[in-house]
Amino acid sequence: MNYLIRNVSILGGEPTDLLLQDGVISEGAADGAEEIDGTGLVALPGLVDLHTHLREPGREDAETVETGTRAAAMGGFTAVHAMANTEPVADTAGVVEQVWRLGREAGHCDVFPVGAVTVGLQGERLAELGAMADSAARVRVFSDDGKCVSDAVLMRRALEYVKAFDGVIAQHAQEPRLTEGAQMNEGELSGKLGLTGWPAVAEEAIIARDCLLAAHVGSRLHVCHVSTAGSVEIVRDAKRKGWDVTAEACPHHLILTDELAATYDPIYKVNPPLRTAADVEALRAGLADGTIDIVATDHAPHPHEDKDCEWAAAAFGMLGLETALSIVQATMVDPGLLDWNGVAERMSYAPARIGRVAEHGRPIEVGEPANVVLYDPAARRTIDPTDSASLSRNTPYRGMELPGRVVATFLRGKPTVLDGKLV
Amino acid sequence: MCAQPAPPESEGPAAGRVVLDARDITRALTRISHEILERNKGGEDLVLLGIPSRGVPLAERIAERIAAVEGYDVPVGSLDVTMYRDDLRMKPARALLPTKLPPGGIDAKTVVLVDDVLFSGRTIRAALDALNDIGRPRAVRLAVLVDRGHRELPIRADFVGKNLPTSLVERVRVTLDGIDEADAVTIYGEQVAP
Amino acid sequence: MKRHLLSAGDLTRDDAELILTTAAELRELADRPIKKLPALRGRTVVNLFFEDSTRTRISFEAAAKRLSADVINFAAKGSSLSKGESLKDTALTLEAMGADAVVVRHGASGAPHLLANSGWVRSSVVNAGDGTHEHPTQALLDAFTMTRHLGSLDGRRIAVVGDVLHSRVARSNALLLHTLGAEVTLVAPPTLLPVGIDTWPVETSYDLDAVIPKADAVMMLRVQRERMQGGFFPTPREYSRRYGLDARRMATLQDHTIVMHPGPMVRGMEITADVADSSRSVIVEQVTNGVAVRMAVLYLLLGGNESD
Repeated sequence: MNYLIRNVSILGGEPTDLLLQDGVISEGAADGAEEIDGTGLVALPGLVDLHTHLREPGREDAETVETGTRAAAMGGFTAVHAMANTEPVADTAGVVEQVWRLGREAGHCDVFPVGAVTVGLQGERLAELGAMADSAARVRVFSDDGKCVSDAVLMRRALEYVKAFDGVIAQHAQEPRLTEGAQMNEGELSGKLGLTGWPAVAEEAIIARDCLLAAHVGSRLHVCHVSTAGSVEIVRDAKRKGWDVTAEACPHHLILTDELAATYDPIYKVNPPLRTAADVEALRAGLADGTIDIVATDHAPHPHEDKDCEWAAAAFGMLGLETALSIVQATMVDPGLLDWNGVAERMSYAPARIGRVAEHGRPIEVGEPANVVLYDPAARRTIDPTDSASLSRNTPYRGMELPGRVVATFLRGKPTVLDGKLV
Repeated sequence: MCAQPAPPESEGPAAGRVVLDARDITRALTRISHEILERNKGGEDLVLLGIPSRGVPLAERIAERIAAVEGYDVPVGSLDVTMYRDDLRMKPARALLPTKLPPGGIDAKTVVLVDDVLFSGRTIRAALDALNDIGRPRAVRLAVLVDRGHRELPIRADFVGKNLPTSLVERVRVTLDGIDEADAVTIYGEQVAP
Repeated sequence: MKRHLLSAGDLTRDDAELILTTAAELRELADRPIKKLPALRGRTVVNLFFEDSTRTRISFEAAAKRLSADVINFAAKGSSLSKGESLKDTALTLEAMGADAVVVRHGASGAPHLLANSGWVRSSVVNAGDGTHEHPTQALLDAFTMTRHLGSLDGRRIAVVGDVLHSRVARSNALLLHTLGAEVTLVAPPTLLPVGIDTWPVETSYDLDAVIPKADAVMMLRVQRERMQGGFFPTPREYSRRYGLDARRMATLQDHTIVMHPGPMVRGMEITADVADSSRSVIVEQVTNGVAVRMAVLYLLLGGNESD
């Protein structure tokens, strides 16, 4: 089936027609193509998420590759990188290939497994990074996300080692000793609420160290979920020096602050924690000026009982795939900080580059793979947790009115979402 | 005492009908004090307990008169009945008023409860329950400034300043110098033949 | 008053004074032969204690029983790491039993808030201590004790000394004393004062000897020896030397100044035996006052019908 999208605005440009034929973007005669009215819609390149938790294998009570990729498609993603903190950990070729295969079989979006940096995420010795890179999954991004590679020597070795196959270490920056038992951002509110604080310096100190290490050994470094103004400054400084550092910000850090913890509702518990309004502002500015290269969701599904309890007992993490684009529109596009070209860069081209994913993050031009998202920026929706493709319900935006709606998602010309619904 | 809607306090006694003025009250209290002494055959073993708020100054005034007549200081105290009210659960929790028992206690004494208005009798029932948890008086008597009728329980006063037949829509208000502006007993609402 | 007592910060000055005057009346009950009032007859109060605390639990139990309520004690084993099933399922069970009030002590800050807002129970929730967050009835009985010795707390100088970072008693006291017009100074080593304390309505000081001669009341907080493991102070001895209240320091206090402690004490650590047993110490009286204050809280929450 081919698709002709009429009168659509590609990246915010003048409305035109867009033909998806035989899996690529085409031009010319559109015989037998199904027509889609693109009036009022924006066409974006299929989004690429560099940071998702699909939970399979091991935590299928929270999410599976099937349900997670469905949620991804609903959010406009055609590719996601699945983090390695599964059970068993994705630290061998065997596990990453399993995840990769599950993604192909589900067929809702492409899954690129992330390999663990250390065996079992224990932070003691390197996992077989080469084997994972050579596997069918062709892993290029390695991360112990959930935990920090805190040992400086181990981080150095990892940064050096992956150069052999153009890999990148994606660091979850969290100094473990400074954040023992931490529950929320350390600041005015944590003292009042009696919740152990997670100080900004625990993130910034690791980022600073890793930037220096990467520069020293001539490696590239990717920093996951940057959350503080100080971290943005450090990354900006590293880039100024010409160091090969990339960074991501999560949608929730662009819009939510630590004030929400005052409700003691663990729906707002996340790692790194929600920070202050000043941090949110710095992140938006950093995303606008390119200091922060990409938006990544850190989609972290959790079953109901892991959030329906007292704060200290609750799991860290929030859903993100289905609301990411709306959050970016609300915080960046509508206020004029980023245009649709910018969104394409931050949510498709750049993540694909960092992940070395060739078939995604391509411009919407004739000949390119037909990985396209049709988005309606004029729509408004109130977020309803029960109306989600994810298996879990832990979205912090329930009841919030957000702009925009994904109308259709095409994966190599095949629709995964049509008319706002899963195909 | 009365659950009917009433004119706002700020309207003052001018909107009602004064049935007892300061001198009437003085005479009534003097007479009550003599009656108490007569019935008790003196001031021995008497304890006066006023029910807050206005029962307390009334009890004090009675005690003064007894002291003037008998040369005898009758112990005076207050007995808050809030916790024993039978309508406790029907409204938000009320602030407690002071309960001060005289040093000699109430065991084996003749306790005279003193209140301003006797109406349904429920306050006095509550006071009897409160006394029961405090000790065992030899006898309990009741002195009120005004008895306005409409008893809902088998309770009667032993010493009454004035009997005041009223209708249920009327409201009786006792003001006492010290707490309020001046001594008066005022009726608000429709008038009935006295 | 509202339906729950979760934080001392929720009390207006009027609320707090109402509780204190009610407690003053109820304290006299201890002198009567029948130490009971019928106000909560037929009501069920559940003590839901996830942390061991015989002292506080008994205090609440006595308070409820003196108001003629039925008391159910529920000691649940729930570590802060265990799943919320403990709290939720326990709450649902209590609701099925028809609890009118739940007095909850839990190791996790915010657990009483969860109980009050989750919709699992319809009862009033009284926070008997949640993690390092608050312990409102402790602050109330502390304030009550202070007023009995010092009169009005307006302008009074109160020193609270010890592990403020981990102390729910410190937090509740800071809030309540401020509401009642007192000037609070928190004294601790820098490692035991939380980040952001400059936004609290208090003064802070690292120097115990400078603060206590001006204080009208000195409240010593318990300091756990285990805090040494976290590197908060080098040795217990150094802590005692710099922040412990001993006889020498006690001699620098004004004549009327009282010494308080929420208990349990670590004798020799934050307070020496001769101070704890001196005539200035009102520590035992705090316990007695605890029952009256908790009676006042239970009566004001449950005694009437909050139909507003």
